[in-house]
Amino acid sequence: MLRYRLDCRGFPHLEVTVSTETLPPYPFPMRSALEPPEQWAELRAQCPVAHVRLASGDSATLLTRYDDVRAVLSDPRFTRQLDAAAGAARVTANESGGVFASSADQMGVLDSRESHQQWRRLVGATFTAKRVQALAPGMLAKAEELLDGLTAADGPVDLVSAFNFPLPIWVICELLGVPESDRSSFGHWSDTMMSLSRFTQAEIDTAQADFAGYLGGLVASKRETPGDDLVSALIALVDAADPRVTEPMVIATARGLLVAGHETTANMIGKMLAMLLSDRSRWEALVADRSLVRNAVEEVLRFDANAGFGLPRFISEDLELPDSTTIPAGTTVVVSMASANRDEEAFAAADSMDLTRSPNPHLAFGAGPHSCMGQALARTELQVVLEVLLDRLPALELAVDPAMLRTREDMLVGGLVELPVRW
Amino acid sequence: MKVNVDRHACCGAGQCVMLAPDIFDQDDEGIVVLLDDRPGEDQEHALQEAVSMCPTGVIWVDRSA
Ligand code: HEM
Ligand code: SF4
Repeated sequence: MLRYRLDCRGFPHLEVTVSTETLPPYPFPMRSALEPPEQWAELRAQCPVAHVRLASGDSATLLTRYDDVRAVLSDPRFTRQLDAAAGAARVTANESGGVFASSADQMGVLDSRESHQQWRRLVGATFTAKRVQALAPGMLAKAEELLDGLTAADGPVDLVSAFNFPLPIWVICELLGVPESDRSSFGHWSDTMMSLSRFTQAEIDTAQADFAGYLGGLVASKRETPGDDLVSALIALVDAADPRVTEPMVIATARGLLVAGHETTANMIGKMLAMLLSDRSRWEALVADRSLVRNAVEEVLRFDANAGFGLPRFISEDLELPDSTTIPAGTTVVVSMASANRDEEAFAAADSMDLTRSPNPHLAFGAGPHSCMGQALARTELQVVLEVLLDRLPALELAVDPAMLRTREDMLVGGLVELPVRW
Repeated sequence: MKVNVDRHACCGAGQCVMLAPDIFDQDDEGIVVLLDDRPGEDQEHALQEAVSMCPTGVIWVDRSA
């Protein structure tokens, strides 16, 4: 207890130096797969600027309040690129730093504020609300097809492997123009690249190399036979000598989208269904009134206690938080959007799920210039999944006690190991 | 009442278009375009939702204008 207070604001007289080993390890253990760690409420109330130890052994500053989290994410000066040379903390136990050090950033696509914005505008066309809504019928058809397969036998069935993971891969592969036959390899690659410490550096390197090799081949084939997809559109710009795009950028973008959009969405589908089915009155309310679907999706995004690590930011210049506390330059900050989403100062009755909550300015997709590029897509996928399950399997229920649901350990993005259901 | 947007800071997430398609659209880079800067009262709820859920906070309503 005292450990948290040692370097908390409000207790300056207690400020002493503690060694990193004595700092509380982060991420905190969950109480159960659907309940937040008890530290969040404690830290929001008593220690909103806390010091923690990451899996790498390095220390970082953890922010848990809504206003602070939003302020850091909205500040265009700071990015998730953790520059070790400038003294940033390492997130993962392995040296590559996992996904935060990779994806599009690695290729220098996002190395400055200007080029990051330019990149977002280049790929922006793919993610407009209208383009995404146009994908909904295809998503629905794929979801129906997956359900046909899994309901052919009697339950129980594990939705995580039979439904939640295949659907978002299919959607991203559709955007990128990846042929159907190649889509199953992606699960393994993104799994490995999203790990905090489950895989060795050699395994991560192999997955990254295989993935890069595959994407190189994909680009070559799109040059030959272009389709109506993002890779074809970008490579056409490269070939037309558009100064904004290079071939490595196209590969980095394709890779970044798969990594950013697969596990996140797959895990969120599982957590959404677990939250709605663990208290069946929620599911029944949706069966009875479909107009709740849109707000229900926002509310499960807000309520998700198993969101994983949060986001790191390297504070390259002194930062003043909304309540005037200063975070000094050189600090590695981790913001917990999931804790912010439970902040009573920002949401009335924050600890209860309200399927009619509106507006619901949760931070599940981040905020500011780096906020999730795929959020319209992810929202649409979640809405389609919910609609199709409510239609096809209104009697859906968990086949295990919710207390038995297990969290995937050691991944940057939180999710459930399995979601056994029957109908 | 007048709706304003800062197109320069918009991150193109399309949340406003999902929520209030009669007021907002996106151009071919995903950047917000105002379709109607003086929406009627029937749009009030959708507008408020878009204002509060815009991830970059670049939509604001001038009540005096
Ligand atoms: C429920 C599912 C999802 C969640 C919870 C989620 C969450 C997030 C968050 C919190 C960020 C902010 C990262 C930061 O600020 O450093 C982000 C960024 C991003 N997301 Fe998502 N995401 C989801 C689905 C998707 C999908 C489906 C795609 C695309 C296919 C996608 C593409 C991206 C991209 C490209 C970025 C980087 C944006 C940038 O750096 O400018 N996401 N996502
Ligand atoms: S919600 Fe905000 S950031 Fe997103 S497109 Fe609309 S104005 Fe731009």
